[in-house]
Amino acid sequence: MDRLIELQGEFWVAAVETLYMVGLTLLFGGIAGLLLGVALYTTRPGSLLSNRVVYNVVNVVINFFRPIPFIIFIAAVQPLSRVVVGTGIGNNALIFALSLAASFAIARIVEQNLLTVSPGVIEAARSMGAGPIRILVTVVIPEALGPLILGYTFVLVAIVDMTAVAGLIGGGGLGTFAQVYGYRQFEPVITWAAVLLIVVFVQGVQFLGNWLARKVLRR
Amino acid sequence: MALVSLTNVTKSYPSPERGGAPVVAVDDVSLDIEPGDVYGIIGYSGAGKSTLVRLVNALEPATSGSITVDGRDLTTMPERELRGIRLGIGMIFQQFNLFGSKTVQQNVAYPLRVAGASKSEVDARVAELLDFVGLADKARNYPDQLSGGQKQRVGIARALATSPRLLLADEATSALDPETTHEVLQLLKRVNREFGVTIIVITHEMDVIQSIATKVAVMDGGRVIEHGDVFDVFSDPQNPSSARFVSTVVKGIPSPAELAVLRERHEGRIVTISFRDGDASQAAVFLELGAAGLEFELVYGGINDIQGRAFGHLTLAIRGADAAIDAALASIGSRVDVTEAA
Repeated sequence: MDRLIELQGEFWVAAVETLYMVGLTLLFGGIAGLLLGVALYTTRPGSLLSNRVVYNVVNVVINFFRPIPFIIFIAAVQPLSRVVVGTGIGNNALIFALSLAASFAIARIVEQNLLTVSPGVIEAARSMGAGPIRILVTVVIPEALGPLILGYTFVLVAIVDMTAVAGLIGGGGLGTFAQVYGYRQFEPVITWAAVLLIVVFVQGVQFLGNWLARKVLRR
Repeated sequence: MALVSLTNVTKSYPSPERGGAPVVAVDDVSLDIEPGDVYGIIGYSGAGKSTLVRLVNALEPATSGSITVDGRDLTTMPERELRGIRLGIGMIFQQFNLFGSKTVQQNVAYPLRVAGASKSEVDARVAELLDFVGLADKARNYPDQLSGGQKQRVGIARALATSPRLLLADEATSALDPETTHEVLQLLKRVNREFGVTIIVITHEMDVIQSIATKVAVMDGGRVIEHGDVFDVFSDPQNPSSARFVSTVVKGIPSPAELAVLRERHEGRIVTISFRDGDASQAAVFLELGAAGLEFELVYGGINDIQGRAFGHLTLAIRGADAAIDAALASIGSRVDVTEAA
């Protein structure tokens, strides 16, 4: 316990670092995933802008990258990370790798949730003379918004989980804190302090997600 | 000039199996729908009627043939222009297809926004329409808070928002109970009368046709097997398949099983006489039978009213000398339809 009080400063820095990594990943990965998911949905055969070539390419790319275990993925994209963010190590390199990995997962979640929108509703919009982009923005996405929020909440929790390996490439955050000061120095209290904060954080995210989804779905 | 004109229209889909023959949903259909008509298209499910109606607003492209709406040929029109055409054609659906994430008000406003109307125009028109369908108090509710009948009324308000000349109703009452069906049909009738909107009604229920349609086309296997005024098709169907539909609502023609029972119960020859508005009166027929010295009794029958015109079928058991009956039937048969049960 004394040790934890001693390390209080580092603990809060680590917490902020986790928030920083999660927040930026959600931003970049969330947007890229949304775009990829929308691309999958709209180009699927029979959909609003069906295009077999685009659909197959995006589909194969996602299927190729998604099953790669994240811990290997970080190493694999390191060269690319050096080009894009200028470094292969540290928090920003992790955000890059994590955003990339998350965007593939989010793409699937977005695609699945958009597919739940009833074809009849889309047909109704078409019958009113609406074009594909308008239908996507004003009908499909709003109709799927509740499940989309829950899907993003699910991914957000997974992102929190994945930031814990930042230490592998010299990044910080609560995962690194728990490993460096807790696990390696035989201080279970330190480890558990990190665990508890992460649990609180995840609970908060899930609560917020559920609340937002309920508000959107009005039930 | 016809508002909607279909000429030799065919719609086929590629076979679900590789190398199989294409599936023909609509097969060489030609129909003219005049302004002001309430045109019913009836058929069993799979007859091609829903596909046919989707060709009229080009939700589906026709495989061959020509489709004109208001004199403009849809089959050669680019998609962008078709959107403008669709804006001028309302459509309502069996499952209502309201936007669940939008309020009643926003649902009705949607086509107006697509049309690019200003906010004040949208507000005024939405209020007017919700008033017309009797849902002004539900403007801020969401569709899942409404009953089926209310949902369809919102659907109708939404379909009418852009003041279309043509309304397509695809099984619009099939998901509703009889009472709500009646309400919705009455509303459609008002739409036709008060706004002069031409309506194409797709249904598998003959009583829907009976209560609102002025013309009807019967579809079977992708083809239109019979079409014409509702009164003509109902009182004298030419095709066995349309006769079967008609028999679901028209009272008075005994089925073969009922005929067998009648023959068992009654002596004499069993004859069905069909009257149509404007033909010889029943009284004249009965007088003639009496004058011939024949004894007869009414054993089965019914009188129907279609848009103020009556027709009926009366089945009589006639007793007397065969020669006298033959003579009397021949004489009556020149003025009304007489069928003797074999």
